Formats: sequence, C-alpha cells, structure tokens
Amino acid sequence: MPMVEASGVHKRFGRTEVLRGVDLTVQPGEVCCVIGPSGSGKSTLLRCINHLERIDAGRMRVAGELIGYRESGGKLHELRESEIARKRQDIGMVFQRFNLFPHRTALENVIEAPVTVRRVPKAQARRRAVELLDRVGLADRRDAYPAQLSGGQQQRVAIARALAMHPRLMLFDEPTSALDPELVGEVLDVMRGLAADGMTMVVVTHEMGFAREVGDALVFMDEGRIVEAGAPRTVLADPQHERTRAFLSKVL
Amino acid sequence: MAAPTDGTSRPAREDTGAAPVPITAVPVRHPGRWLAVAVLAVLAAMAVNTVLTNERFGWDVVAEYLFSEPILNGLRNTLVLTALSMLIGIVGGIALAVMRQSPNPILSSAAAGYIWLFRGTPLIAQLLFWNFLSALYPRLSLGIPFGPEFVSVDTNVLITQFAACLLGLGLNEAAYMAEIVRGGLLSVDPGQNEAAGALGMSRAQTLRRIILPQAMRVIIPPTGNETISMLKTSSLVVVIGYFELLTSAQRISNQNFQVIPLLIVAAVWYLALTSILTVGQGFLERRYGRGLTPERTGPALFPRKAAP
Repeated sequence: MPMVEASGVHKRFGRTEVLRGVDLTVQPGEVCCVIGPSGSGKSTLLRCINHLERIDAGRMRVAGELIGYRESGGKLHELRESEIARKRQDIGMVFQRFNLFPHRTALENVIEAPVTVRRVPKAQARRRAVELLDRVGLADRRDAYPAQLSGGQQQRVAIARALAMHPRLMLFDEPTSALDPELVGEVLDVMRGLAADGMTMVVVTHEMGFAREVGDALVFMDEGRIVEAGAPRTVLADPQHERTRAFLSKVL
Repeated sequence: MAAPTDGTSRPAREDTGAAPVPITAVPVRHPGRWLAVAVLAVLAAMAVNTVLTNERFGWDVVAEYLFSEPILNGLRNTLVLTALSMLIGIVGGIALAVMRQSPNPILSSAAAGYIWLFRGTPLIAQLLFWNFLSALYPRLSLGIPFGPEFVSVDTNVLITQFAACLLGLGLNEAAYMAEIVRGGLLSVDPGQNEAAGALGMSRAQTLRRIILPQAMRVIIPPTGNETISMLKTSSLVVVIGYFELLTSAQRISNQNFQVIPLLIVAAVWYLALTSILTVGQGFLERRYGRGLTPERTGPALFPRKAAP
C-alpha cells in the first residue's frame, strides 16, 4: 500500500486554482522530492497531505486512509477536529520558517507533543528527546531557547520535534530555504540520515544536489500540475518537458 | 545516523601581536543638557519647599488619618473590589476573546454583541442597573425555560450591594479585557498554530500550551494598565452607596473640612498600591518573556538549573 496517494487533487484559494488535478504516489521508505517555480503549488500539495489545507476535489490518502474525510455508503463525511488531529500525529512536518515554540527550550519543544498529545510520561519523553537531540547533533544545546540557536540548529530541533511523535511519514516544506548558505549542509545531513534509516519523506526543495543524491523520485510541478516525474538522475539530466528544461536551466 | 558537523566554528582572527590603540577624542559638549538640569533642579527644589512649608497642606492631618480605621477599611474594600473585578474581567475576557476567534459564527457574534453592549454603555449606568435589578425582576428563578421553576430567590437577597459592585465592575472590565486578549492572540505568529496542529495537538491544547503563553507578553502591559485604572475606577461604586478608599476619605473631609489633606491620604495609598502593582507586573513580564525577549544574557533573577 502506498504511503501517500493523491489522485486528482484540486485546491483553490478564492478564484486562484493552486492545484489542478495532481496525482502522486509515494511508496513506504521512498524519498520523493518536489521541485518547481514559486507559485507552482508544491507547498500547497504538501500541506494538503496532512490536511493543513482542505482539498476541493479528488482524494488524498495516507497509508490507505483518506485525509480529512471518512467514506461510508458512497458518501464523504468530514472528520471531526479531534480525528484530524489523531491522523496528523503520524505525519511529521518541518516548516520553512522552523516554527519552533519560542517560549520553550529545545528540549521542551521536543517533549511537548509526546507529553500533551500521546500522554507519554515526562521522564520517558525526556529520555527520548535527549536521544533525538543527540541524533541531530544538538545534545549540548538542549536548554537553549530557539532565539539563542542559529537557523540550522533551529531546523534540526524542528526535525527532532517531529520525530518525537514516531511519524510514519515526514513532510519537509523547503526546510533549507530560510537558512544562510553555510548552514544548509547541517540540515541536509540530518535529512540524509533519516532517508538512510528508511523514513518515508516528501521534500519540497530547491536543493537539486540533495534531490539527485537522496531522492528516489523527483516531481516537477508547474502551475498546479505535475509536469514531469521520474528518477531524479534521469529527470535532472535529461528533462523531457520544455518547462522542466526551462526551470532547470535557471536553477542548475 | 551520522550527527552533522556543527558549522559554527571559524578560524580565529589573526593575532598581529600589536595591542589596539584606544581612541582618545574630545567628547561632544552638551551645554543644553546642563542648562535643563539646572532649571529642573531649581523647579524641583521650589516644589519640595512649598509642599513642606505651606501649612495648608496639613501634613499633620495626613499623618493622623493615613492609618486611621475608616481609611484602612476603605483601602481594604478598594483592594477586594479591584482584585475580584479584575479576576472576573480577565477570566471573562479570555473566554470572550476565544469565543470571538471561534469559527462558530454564533459564538463569535455573541461575544461581539457582549463587547459592543458593555463597552458602549457607561459604567455608572451598569452599576446602577445591577443595583436596581430587583426593580426589573423582583425574583430570580432557576428552571426549565418556559417550563417549571426549581429554585426562586428574592433578587435583593441574591444581588447584594457588594455583588452589584462586582457585577458592574467585573462584567464591564471583561469587555475591555476581551479586546486586549484578542490583540494578544492575534500577535502570535500563525505558524505556531500550524506547527502545533501538525504535531496533532487539539485546538484547546494549542491555545493553552502554545498560543496563550506567547500572547501573555502582549497581554500583560495593558492588563497592568487596566488593573491600576481599576484601583481608581472602583471608587465609582459610591453611586450605589458602597464605599472604598476615596469615599472614606471624602466622608471624613465632609465632617472636618480638611479636603486637601484627606485627598493626599487617598493619593498616597493609591500611589503605594500602584507602585506595588508595577513591580508585580515587571515580575510577570519577565516570567512570560522567557525565550521571547533577547535579554537573557544578563544575570537571571530565577536562573534555570543547567542540565547535567
């Protein structure tokens, strides 16, 4: 069963159609990178996967289950907020602007959701958080507040925070776009490690090098549609579509 | 997984061996500042002199009444009224602000209507209304709407003068606090909501654990304002025959005609209370400024225990 299965997904904001029928399948353990010009709908697609945005048409399934809806008797029923929240627990998300909780230390950021949502005992959550911070190379910064961390460190805490919920799927929304160039590498290193551990990941990114090395699949989006998809090396080296070629010639 | 290398190390600055030469420059002179200081110092000396030497200030009367029983009773009422009405105001304000932000249009317009009504009518009118509620409804009952009643009480028994004061001050304050809290909630980055939602936190959990603590930083200063203002606004309860600090002082001066000394007595107490509240506000601001204000490098008042 695919981890993510989008079929005919449409999304509009007011009169602008941001997604115009997107089909996407991500298998478990796969790393799928999504590239495209700004405004192509790639971030919106990512946000539809965990129902931060509600889709207007089509179906979005994660691990075989519809997101945001329940289907019974041939009819769609909207899920209650608590049910949506439960589904989101299994989907980790990392944002472009980190969105760490600024009033909590790095460690407190990581234990927040396990303790309040999953009711994990605090001591146990703490142990796991220390492990996770160690894994992203920030064991010594656990008592720092986000404002005292560099952008790269903040993003690594944000990854640890998402991992603390034991997600089956991780969504990355341009995780390195807000970083100074010299800090990009440390975040990509962590993501590379995650991929090597077999995490299923959907990554919206401008890092073509990362997409080529780590990605199992590459998707090029433009104007709300998937224009071209395939193995990263093939797409990057030999794009079939005119728009893909035009885009790649600007960024490579 | 391999831990990433920390990209923060830099090559040390090359040491040339020569100590930097400190700048010695003639500082800019500020004659205007010195002139202003001189003028203000003279004015201050004049003010202190006249306050101390003008016998009509009646400092002996001030001293006589400052800790007198009627004044202390009034002070106690001021404190109780302020504390309880602010409690009603803050709790009610948070509830109204959350309702106002609710996606449910009924809740949000109910809150908007409440705020419109209670901000839009004079506080004195509201105090009088609660006090004379029995004229409108001699008895208050609990029961099924349009159905049988279970309990019924005389309005004047339920709503005492003190209760009318609290209802008037507290419910009015809630309307103002609602807008202050709403401003605080709006000041929090929407990304915080998304991050909490993506972690599977419910709306209530997000509000309580993530949004409100960050909003507090914006909510506290105007709330301090409201509390200090309430100290003095509570003197309006005189219109329904209740008494507090200012009323007590005026009652005394109505008898001994020492108007100014007794106003000073009241003013001294108000100043003292305001000073205490200001200090308390500072503590609260530091508490909720954790991680949000950049001044954590100095010595902390409550140092956090360093991790082992």
